[in-house]
Amino acid sequence: MIPALELRSVGHRYGALPALDSVSFSVATGARHALIGPNGAGKSTLFAAIAGTLRVRTGSILLHGRDVTARSEAARCRMGLVRTFQHSSVFLQQSVLDNVVLAAQRSSGLALRPLPSARRFAEVRDDAAEQLDAVGLCGRASARAADLSHGERRQLEVAMVLACKPDVVLFDEPTAGMSPAETESFSNLIRALPPQLTVLVIEHDLDVVFALSSSVTVLHLGKVLAAGAPAQVQADPAVQAAYLGTGEQEELFMAEDLT
Amino acid sequence: MITLRRVAVVLVLAGLPLVLTSYQASTAGRLLAFAVLALSVDLLAGITGLPTLGQAAYFGVGAYAAALTGIHLSTNGPLQLVIAVAAGALSAAATGWVAVRTGGTVFLMLTLAIGELVQQVASRWSYVGGSNGLAGMPALQLGGHTVTLPGVIYWYLLVVFLVIYAVVRVLVSSPFGRTLRGIRDNEPRMRALGYRPAAAKYAAYAAAGGVAAAGGAMWVTEARFVSPSDLGFEVAALALLAVVIGGAGTLWGPCLGAAIVLLTRDYLPGITGGHGPLLLGALFVLTVYVLPRGLAGTVRRRAAVAS
Amino acid sequence: MTGWLDANFVTVLNGVSLGMVLFIVAVGFSLVFGMMGVLNLAHGALFLTGAYVGAEVLGAGTPSIGAFAVALALAAALGVGSGAVLAGMMRPLAARGHLDQALLTLGVALVVGEALTTAFGADVHSVGAPRGLDGSVSLLGHDYPVYRLAVIGVGVVLVFGVHATLVRTQLGAIVRASVADREMVRAAGIDVRLVHLGVFAFASVLACVGGLLAAPILGAEPGLDDQVLLLALVVVVVGGLGSVRGALAGALLIGQVQVLGVSLLPNYASYLLFGAMAFVLVLRPDGLVRTAAVTR
Repeated sequence: MIPALELRSVGHRYGALPALDSVSFSVATGARHALIGPNGAGKSTLFAAIAGTLRVRTGSILLHGRDVTARSEAARCRMGLVRTFQHSSVFLQQSVLDNVVLAAQRSSGLALRPLPSARRFAEVRDDAAEQLDAVGLCGRASARAADLSHGERRQLEVAMVLACKPDVVLFDEPTAGMSPAETESFSNLIRALPPQLTVLVIEHDLDVVFALSSSVTVLHLGKVLAAGAPAQVQADPAVQAAYLGTGEQEELFMAEDLT
Repeated sequence: MITLRRVAVVLVLAGLPLVLTSYQASTAGRLLAFAVLALSVDLLAGITGLPTLGQAAYFGVGAYAAALTGIHLSTNGPLQLVIAVAAGALSAAATGWVAVRTGGTVFLMLTLAIGELVQQVASRWSYVGGSNGLAGMPALQLGGHTVTLPGVIYWYLLVVFLVIYAVVRVLVSSPFGRTLRGIRDNEPRMRALGYRPAAAKYAAYAAAGGVAAAGGAMWVTEARFVSPSDLGFEVAALALLAVVIGGAGTLWGPCLGAAIVLLTRDYLPGITGGHGPLLLGALFVLTVYVLPRGLAGTVRRRAAVAS
Repeated sequence: MTGWLDANFVTVLNGVSLGMVLFIVAVGFSLVFGMMGVLNLAHGALFLTGAYVGAEVLGAGTPSIGAFAVALALAAALGVGSGAVLAGMMRPLAARGHLDQALLTLGVALVVGEALTTAFGADVHSVGAPRGLDGSVSLLGHDYPVYRLAVIGVGVVLVFGVHATLVRTQLGAIVRASVADREMVRAAGIDVRLVHLGVFAFASVLACVGGLLAAPILGAEPGLDDQVLLLALVVVVVGGLGSVRGALAGALLIGQVQVLGVSLLPNYASYLLFGAMAFVLVLRPDGLVRTAAVTR
């Protein structure tokens, strides 16, 4: 089985500063994979590398077995790899529906179509409305994106991502800034995603990570520290030491948020 | 879409020659040509988010192409127009690929340079008359009839204007138009959604070049003379000012702005004793401070989200 | 090669002296654009103001060194004053973004240009080189005007001066950091407004004084502001934003292309400039701006 996403010895330096050092892991199709690690571990850099906004100097990134290391962000998206933004990046002045329509029309091949076609466009619009429905925003379709709450904007991001018809979805700290209620409904949203979709999440909220993910990779100082099933990683003493030093290790996986 | 307001506007515009003098009708014709130029600037600046100071170059290309066609090939108005549009789109395609990799003020800077360079080419090329310009364009012919009455020429130009306006409107409402507005509003997000902004911008740039050239053909149909000063920095600045005053992105606002700007430059000095560019500069400064969204933008401020 | 150089020696040197004039004008323009993201379209108008100072104070004959000093001081004062006024006018627009600021400078350029034409008329004003610098000197068998060599000299001094300031002083460090990452400098708590004002004023002084220094070479006439602005733009495109070395390399290149182009291929000079710009942009497909912070 070809993994949906595979990283082989990916490395990157910012000048003299090594941000990523020979990072390798793979994500199986349909997996819910989490990428965690203390601050400064290199998660953002790795995320940018996978998404394509950063070109890495060494190593390779494979999407469904195809080497995408040299491909642009837009090319990777067209190949099925879609990402969300940590600081919600939507089209603020446009309506919620129009936001999703923009995402959906590209995957329907209408991006450069200069003539309005009522029929094809109606299909795109219906598709967009469906995605909004799936994330629970159908009541807000005509609202301006700028008027949405933080949680709602995250939902919109998911709708836009789904409208791209992705195979692999990258979530960049999706629950950052969310209230417990919003986090809960967001987790349900992730749980409801189609099983054939591969999901990779960078998260700080370890509760979410261990509740949702089927496999975890821990990053520390730019290197892979541990990888495997959540329970395995939870129990790994090296991981606990990385997060807390050699102090109160039992406190690590309590109910409180770590941030 | 046929609305009462639009029908009313068209009727008023069509009725103008009946109440204006010959000279005023000629001026109205030029205003229509300039409005088309402003439309092309709005397509780039207001819709795609690429403010430009280079559209006058393609306006000039269209004017020269139409004049050359009129002098050497055919006096048929629509044919001149078609050739002009083709010339404008092609020259925009040839020069725009450099600029569309950039955005914001760098793009503004590049289009300014492109515009200036095209003007220099026009003033040194003897085939098109060099700095003396190109004169001797014969009168407009429509369907075999020579047209010399300013009122009839105006009606022809009005028809052309309405057709071009409709085409641009349709383009802006299409999926391509949405793509352009998406690029304007959040280009990084568009890339993350799989779009190739450079390709879309390039297409928009070529289209805008064609529109500007149509304006140029209209201008020279009226004036029957074109010179390098018709495609220089000042004209480009006027067109951008028209868009800013009228309201970027609204299409009709810049057309109105075009009328205001041209009348300010050409009529106001008659009343205030000269100094057209000074008044324009002051208008620019004033607009930037007082009307950041332009007239149409301010009118529309509370309107529902455009779809 | 040497034969060609010999025949075109004067032209090449003219290219260098024009290049130095362009450097004086463009380095400030580039720093302001790179550091503050502001496209100052009134830069050419400032240049022309300095040129008219030369026309008015020095006249077409051979002015004394004293008169030249007076003109210099006047141009510098005008530069500082205009720079401060322009910066003040742009302050309310700071929140609105760079396009509005660029449009404002465009409006100011139109007003100043027209005001100058009203005051001085549409004719070309010649300006004479000051006594002591008005002769020729023999170089490699050719007679060459001393004044142009002096301008080259001023350019060289400026290059070293700006470079030393950027590299050796704290102020220079702030400027370089701002060009690299404007947001970061602000986030670091450094009050950049004063630095911005200073750089802007410096750029304005350079533009105005540059116009004065160039007056014995280029004269003063309407339209010169647009020409100089265009050349400065091309220099900045070719040399890169916010880079002093780039401004120097670009200026020398463009100066040479412009002079040689006009002398050898007068009909194609414009194509050469455009070609130079296009060539550079092809080599640097990410554009001229190296950080995401500046393009908006």
